[in-house]
Order: sequence, then C-alpha cells, then structure tokens
Amino acid sequence: MLEKSRLKSLFIALLVVLSLTNGKAHASDANGSGEEQEAFNVSETIMHHIKDAHKWHLWGNEHKGTSIYLPIIIYNKGFKVFSSYHFYHGNEIQAFDQKTLKPVKYMSGVGPAQGYAIYHEKIYFIGNGALMIEDGHVVGNEKPLDLSITKNVVFMFLACIILCVLLFASAKVYRRNGAIAPKGIAKFIEPLVVFVRDDVAKENIDEHKYHKYVPYLLTIFFFILICNLLGSVPLIGANLTGNISVTLFLATCTLLVTLFSSNKNYWKHIFATPGVPVALLPIMIPIELLGIFTKPFALMIRLFANITAGHVIILALISIIFINKNIAWGALSVPMALFISFLELLVAFLQAYLFAMLSALFIGAAVEEGHH
Amino acid sequence: MYGSIAAIAAGLAVLGAGIGIGQIGGKAVEGIARNPEASGKITTTMIIAAALIEGVALFGVVVGFLGGAK
Repeated sequence: MLEKSRLKSLFIALLVVLSLTNGKAHASDANGSGEEQEAFNVSETIMHHIKDAHKWHLWGNEHKGTSIYLPIIIYNKGFKVFSSYHFYHGNEIQAFDQKTLKPVKYMSGVGPAQGYAIYHEKIYFIGNGALMIEDGHVVGNEKPLDLSITKNVVFMFLACIILCVLLFASAKVYRRNGAIAPKGIAKFIEPLVVFVRDDVAKENIDEHKYHKYVPYLLTIFFFILICNLLGSVPLIGANLTGNISVTLFLATCTLLVTLFSSNKNYWKHIFATPGVPVALLPIMIPIELLGIFTKPFALMIRLFANITAGHVIILALISIIFINKNIAWGALSVPMALFISFLELLVAFLQAYLFAMLSALFIGAAVEEGHH
Repeated sequence: MYGSIAAIAAGLAVLGAGIGIGQIGGKAVEGIARNPEASGKITTTMIIAAALIEGVALFGVVVGFLGGAK
C-alpha cells in the first residue's frame, strides 16, 4: 500500500480531477462552439431534464446526439408496440397555437407510428388530421392509453434489480454462515437494516407488533434511497422520485398499510378524540378524517419537492454556462454545482430516512393499544 | 407578470423556512452546549424537525411552480 502522504496527495488529485470533469460540463462542447441556432431557453431546458421522456438521451445534441429509443406501448382498440425512433425521427410539423398564435412544433409518427403525434412527450391520435393546440395544451385530439416503457420505468427496473442483487447477496451470507459477523456486501447492508429495524421501527411501533412492518419499512427506505441516488448520477440520471406519480404511489402504499392495520383504538381517537368536549366534536371529526389523508399527502409532496428542487438547482447552475455561452463561467458554476451535489447526497439519505420514519410513526399510531 | 409574482411567493415561503430552521439550529446548538452528552439525540431531533419544516416550505415552492407555469 502507498504511504500515507502519497495516498493523501493522490486523493486530492482525484478530487480535483473529478470536480473539473463533472459530466455535465462536457455537454457545452457539442452546443456552444459557434452554432447559434436559437436562444437558450433556461426554463424549457430544465423542465425537459426533469420530466419523463420516451427516449433515454445520453449525450450530444437533442436531435442528432446519442439516445436510446425506448419502446412505446399504446392501446387504441388493440395494442401497438413500436420503438420511439419512429416518433423522434418522424415528420416535424410546424403549427400555430390557436389561441396565442405562437408557432409550435410537434413530431408526427412515421412507419408503425403512423397516425399518432407526440407533443411534449405525450402521445395523441391524429389519424390523417393534425394536432389542435390551444394555449399550450392539446384540445380535441384523443389520447390513446399510454403504457410505454419510458425513462422512468427503465430506471425503476434498474433500481429493483440493484435492490434485489444487493439484498439477496447479503441474505446469502447469512444463510450460508448463520448468525455471524457479516462478510462481503452484507458488511455494508447490515448497519442500514439494523438501523431501520431498531431506530425506525422499534421506536415508533408497539414492541410486540413491529416485526410485521419491518419488511415494508425496509423496502420503502432502500427503494427511495436507491432511486434518489440514481437520480443524482450526472449525465444519465433520471428524475425518478422527483416524479409526483411515483411519490403518490409510495404515499398511497403507506396510507393503505396504515388503514389496513388500524385497530379500534385508532378509529376511536379519530371519531371521539379523548379529552375533547362533546360540543367541539362536529368540528373535530371532519378535521381528523381529513388528517388521515393529509399526512400521506405531505409525505408525497415533501419527497417530490425536495428531490425536484435539488435537480432544478443543479441544472440552473450548469445553465449559467449556457446562458453566457462561455466555458470560462464553468470556473464559477461547476464548484457550486459540486457543492450542491454533495448536499443532494445528504438530502437523498435524509429523505429516505424521513419517509420511512414518518411511515413508521403513522403505522405506530394505527396499531397503538389504548392505555385505558 | 404572473411568473414574477409566483417567484416572489416562493421566496416568501422559503423565508419562513429559513427563520424556522435557523431557530431550530440555534436551540439545538444551545442544547448541546448545555449538555454535551446528549449531542447525538439532539442532532437527530434537529435534523428531523428541519426536514419537516423544509417539507412545509416546499409546499409553498410547489405552489409557486404551479403558478409560474401555465
């Protein structure tokens, strides 16, 4: 092994190199070298990077660069499956917004995608006609049922595969060797699992009942953690937990677990909160009933907004280079983006822990035995 | 014009969060100064409370987003 001082200087050199080659900075070479197509629209670029897409754009220009074209699966009186290549390399149609009269562009499909058009990553059925766009929204064209494998779906599969590989490998260590001090990947997973079991589940849920809920809490914790970390990967990350549908589903899972494991004591607390004079009950009952839903709602919004806000900040900082069209601004924006990326790592862990802890709190309140 | 009103609204929400989390941080530091042995528990409680307040502030930011985008 190298001696300590050389190791230290190697580490510092690595850190400097990593901070200078923050993946996003390379994108400026493809665009800013004199090619003045259109003014750089910051909010549209940021929205494009945050939203879901039917292709996985890796690097290069938006239309001519390298992307993985994901399959599109739509149901319109029968399933149709084709690659999104037929959309993104189809006919680009110039139209006019019927209300604001601004020019808009949308892509119409060719080949198997004939008869459909894509606008802002949503698929519409146009047949032989055209998209009618009014005030930024499409009116009058029907949308087929869209079950495509989009970028977010690919990343969810990836997160599931990573989860399964990590946790099955850890389980194999214990299955082979019994209850020993862990070796291999289990050395990394065990503190996290014990942490969730002891400090999150046992603290908040009744001591005799917490065993049943530990698998659910572990799944929530690891899934949110891995999804957050995947989203932070610079060039090829997808904004998975920053998609409100994903967090909506996770919050709904917590709500369902809470409702299905609630006991009589919980409902008694909602309909007849102890210590409340009877005259106030007509006000308290609707509030408590609403409270059942606002708590998971807050979970959903908290996770979504934290992760999306982090991504927006990083994208906005990198966009400073593009707005000023001069790579020298990178000296300011890349270190700031690096700092915010570290903060994002902290936020990833913290939000996963917080979601799991608040879920445990709600479940604990639902299974709590009364004292009287 | 509505975009800038939405931006001001989001900024106000973050102002409230800043004051709140600042207070939490201050009280946490005071608590640790009085009782250094409890620093682990105090830090954990501080982080949890800060994340909850940040959640509320981000409610405001999300509404700002909705108001700014059409």
